Amino acid sequence: MSSGTTDALAPLHRAERERPAVRTSRRAISIKTPQPNSIRPLFAPTIAAGMAILIHRYLPNLQNPLPTRHYPFVLIVLLGLSPLLAVLYAAWPAARRWACEIAPILAMGIIAMCAWDLITLKSAWLPLPFFPGPDAVFTALADDWKRLLDCTWRSLLLLASGYSVGAFAGLITGVLVGWFPRVRYWVMPILKVVGPIPATAWIPLSIMFFPTSFISGTVLIALAVWFPMTMLTSSGIANVRVSHLEVARTLGAGRMFLIFNVAIPSALPNIFIGLFMGLGAAFLTLIAAEAVGVKSGLGWYIDMGRNYAEYDMIYASLLVTAVFFSTIMTLLFKVRDRVLVWQKGVVKW
Amino acid sequence: MAERGRQVVTNLENPQTSDEIHGHDSASLRVNEVSKIFTATDGSLVHALDNVSLNIKAGEFVSLVGPSGCGKSTLLRLIAGLELPTSGDLHAGEELIAEPDATRGVVFQDPNLFPWLNVRRNIETGLVARGLLRTKGHEVDAFMKLVGLQQFAKAYPHQLSGGMAQRVALARALVNHPSVLLLDEPLGALDAFTRMKLQDEVLRLWRARGTTTLLVTHDIDEAIYMSDRIVIMTPRPGRIEQVLRIDLPHPRQRTTDEFLHLRGKILEMLHFAGGAESAET
Repeated sequence: MSSGTTDALAPLHRAERERPAVRTSRRAISIKTPQPNSIRPLFAPTIAAGMAILIHRYLPNLQNPLPTRHYPFVLIVLLGLSPLLAVLYAAWPAARRWACEIAPILAMGIIAMCAWDLITLKSAWLPLPFFPGPDAVFTALADDWKRLLDCTWRSLLLLASGYSVGAFAGLITGVLVGWFPRVRYWVMPILKVVGPIPATAWIPLSIMFFPTSFISGTVLIALAVWFPMTMLTSSGIANVRVSHLEVARTLGAGRMFLIFNVAIPSALPNIFIGLFMGLGAAFLTLIAAEAVGVKSGLGWYIDMGRNYAEYDMIYASLLVTAVFFSTIMTLLFKVRDRVLVWQKGVVKW
Repeated sequence: MAERGRQVVTNLENPQTSDEIHGHDSASLRVNEVSKIFTATDGSLVHALDNVSLNIKAGEFVSLVGPSGCGKSTLLRLIAGLELPTSGDLHAGEELIAEPDATRGVVFQDPNLFPWLNVRRNIETGLVARGLLRTKGHEVDAFMKLVGLQQFAKAYPHQLSGGMAQRVALARALVNHPSVLLLDEPLGALDAFTRMKLQDEVLRLWRARGTTTLLVTHDIDEAIYMSDRIVIMTPRPGRIEQVLRIDLPHPRQRTTDEFLHLRGKILEMLHFAGGAESAET
C-alpha cells in the first residue's frame, strides 16, 4: 500500500474514532455548583432580618400612620428561624450544601422586603393606594386567608380538570398526527388555523355554549393546553429515529409496539416541553377565565380587588398565585426529572 | 476454545435451542439475482446492487467486504427485510423475505440502544415485543451474563462505553434465539483492543450457538479472522467480485504466514477492483 493512499484514508479513520467520543462529551457536560468555601453566608439572613426590624421599628411611617401588625411578625419569625440554618449545617452534613445555597438568596429576599418597606410605608416615595407597603399586604393576607384558601382550592380544581383533559387530548392528537401521515394531512391545517387563537379569545363563545362556568372554564383551559401539547408531541413522534424503529422491527415488534414502546418514549422529552408550555398557557387562561366568566378562584379574587380598588388585596392574591403556580411548576419539574432520568447528562432546561 | 463454547451453552440452560436452530429451515439464506436501485436526491438512479446471487448454509459464518458504496450494507438490509429488492428475491430457508423477522437478528454499527430503557430492559425488548416476557424472561439474566454485563443491568445506555453498548446490542439481538445473525460493521466504531476482544466474543457465541452469521465489515483482518467464507464486493454497480473460502483452523492467529498471505490476496483483489478506494482496511 502506498503512503499516498494511507494519507487519503486518515480523515476517514479519524471520523470513525470520534464517533464514541461524541457520546462521552455528552456525558461530560454538567453544571458545576461552586463549593461553599466559608459558612459566613449562613448568618446573612439573620443579619438582614435584624436590620429590617430595626429600620421598620425606628423610622417614622410617612405613608400610613396606623400601627403595623403582620410585617414585624414575619420579620421576627425570620429572625428566629434563620439561625436554624447554622444549626442544620452543624448537625446534618447532608444538608450543608443546601443550607449554604439557600442562605444568600434568603437574605436577599429579606433585604428586598426591607427596601419595599422603605420606598412605600417609610418614605411614601411610592403613593397609596397603588403601592401599599409589605405590612398592608401581609395584613390583607392574614385578614382574608379563608377566602384566599377557598379561591386557591377552586382554582386548583379548575386547573386540574382543564389541564388533564387538554394534556390527554393533546397527547392523543399529537401521536395520531405524528404517526399517521393521513391524519397529519387532514388535522394539521385545522391545528394551524385554530391553534394560534389564544384560548382567552374563546371566552365569550364558551360562556354561551356550556351550561356551567366550570365546564366552560375547563374547555378553555383544555384548549389552551391542547395546542402546544399536540404540536410538541407530534413533532417528537415524527422525529423518532428511524434506526430505533428498524431495530425494534428486527426484534419482532408490531405496529402497536412501535407506537407505544418506541415512538412515545422517544418523544417524551418533547412531550414534556409540551406539558410545560401547556401549563404556562393554562395559568394564563385560568386567571383570565376566572376573572371574566367563572366568578370564583384566584383570578376572580384579583379582579375583585381591582373593582374595589383594594390594592393590598390584589398584591396579597398575586403573592398566593405566585406560590401556587410555582409549586405546580416545581412538581412538574420533579416529575420530569424522574421520568427522563435516562436523559441525564444531556443539557437540561 | 471449543470447551469454553460448550460451557456457555450450559450456562444458558437451554441446550435444546441450539439444536432447534440447527434443524431450523430459516437458518440458510438464498439471495437470487437481486438488484437494488435507489433514486438519489438529484433524481439520478444509483445501482446499489446489480444482479447479486449468494447462498449461505445454515451455521455458516460469512463476511461481506468491499469499499464503501459496494452495496454490502444494502445486501444485509435486504436480507434483514428492512428494504425490498428492485428485482430478484431473497429467501430464508423456504420463506420469502418480505419484512423484518425475529428469526433474523441485526446488530448495527451504532448500537442503537433505546436510551430510555436500562440495559436489562433493552435486552428484554425482543421478548416484550413478541409477548414472551413472562415465559422466557428468565433467560435474560443468562444473556446478560453471556456478554458479561450482569452488574450493569440497571445502567442506562448513556452510562455505557462503546464496547459495552455493542455487547448489549448483541445480547438484545440474541434474546430472540435468531437462526440468522446479521452484523452490519458492529465493531467498526470501537478501538482496536475492544474490537479484538469482541471479535473473540462473537466467535465464541457463534461456535456455541451455531447461528448462521453474516458480517459486513471493512476490516479485512476481521473478515479473515472470523469467517468461513469472505464475499468480496465491488462498487458502481454493487457486485460480488469473488468469494473466498477460509480454511484456517480456529482459533486463528493473526500473524501466521497463511493469514498474511490471505490478507495480501484480498487487498490485491480490492486494489484491482476498486482503485485507490480499495485501501479501506
